[in-house]
Amino acid sequence: MKYRVGEPVMVADRAHHGHHRTPLYIKGKAGRIERVHAAFRNPETRAYGDDGLPEVRLYLVSFARSELWPDAGAGAGYRLYVDVFEHWLEEAK
Amino acid sequence: MSTHDHDHTPIGNGDERAAAARARALEELLVEKGVVRREDVRAGIDWLVSRTPADGARLVARAWVDPAFKRRLLADARSAALELGLDPGPAPVVVALENTATVHHMIVCTLCSCYPRALLGPPPAWYKSLPYRSRAVSDPRGVLAEFGLEIGDDVELRVVDSTADIRYLVVPRRPPATDELDEEQLAALVTRDSMIGVAEPVAPALA
Repeated sequence: MKYRVGEPVMVADRAHHGHHRTPLYIKGKAGRIERVHAAFRNPETRAYGDDGLPEVRLYLVSFARSELWPDAGAGAGYRLYVDVFEHWLEEAK
Repeated sequence: MSTHDHDHTPIGNGDERAAAARARALEELLVEKGVVRREDVRAGIDWLVSRTPADGARLVARAWVDPAFKRRLLADARSAALELGLDPGPAPVVVALENTATVHHMIVCTLCSCYPRALLGPPPAWYKSLPYRSRAVSDPRGVLAEFGLEIGDDVELRVVDSTADIRYLVVPRRPPATDELDEEQLAALVTRDSMIGVAEPVAPALA
């Protein structure tokens, strides 16, 4: 695996035409690895009849509310936890 | 110009929604091409609607009374379900997240409707609705308030978006004044919504 728990990461800010499991609201955002899950078949190829291999490592990544919704203003905070495949993650700048 | 006399009305009920019609058309085609068998589709639906939140509630109640089981549940919910003779379903990984006095989890699937169906049954309609899926991540405290749940500012709120292969199940906090209840009575307090993280378990009836 490429990333460790606690490590800061960035989600790639790229368009992807076709099925993928990276929601728009975290693209280009900074987060932190919370859990390292197992590796799973790649939904981006599996959705089109491929076997989805090789399997891709999945991580649980957390994001601060202020990172995702900077205009939300004051108010009680929370963190978003999102499962992200490794090929959508980049090292933090 | 349409001068021929056959009916152009789509096959199906007049009030059938587009998505339902599309799903049925796909099924027809897949059966016709031999990709799936109709009995497999029916068996899948029968399995899904046979699941209920009672199974998830058994896991939670056991975790409340047995700290060692709770540790196993939080480490590997699939194995813990199998230990109780429950069917954790086809999803390869179920992850249980514990709510405490200082941390509250709520689950959403912004991309579709991922849900631990094997342990909770079919997801409620609101879980699949666009308003819940969008507002759970942008205004979770507002959503929780609408469910009647006020989360204190001192509680760390974690909104979990299940975007991939993991299915998340919340282990809610055990209600106070339940020391006298046995495991079965405790399980009856564990609601579906409390395992999604939008409600607390029901309070025990006052004696």
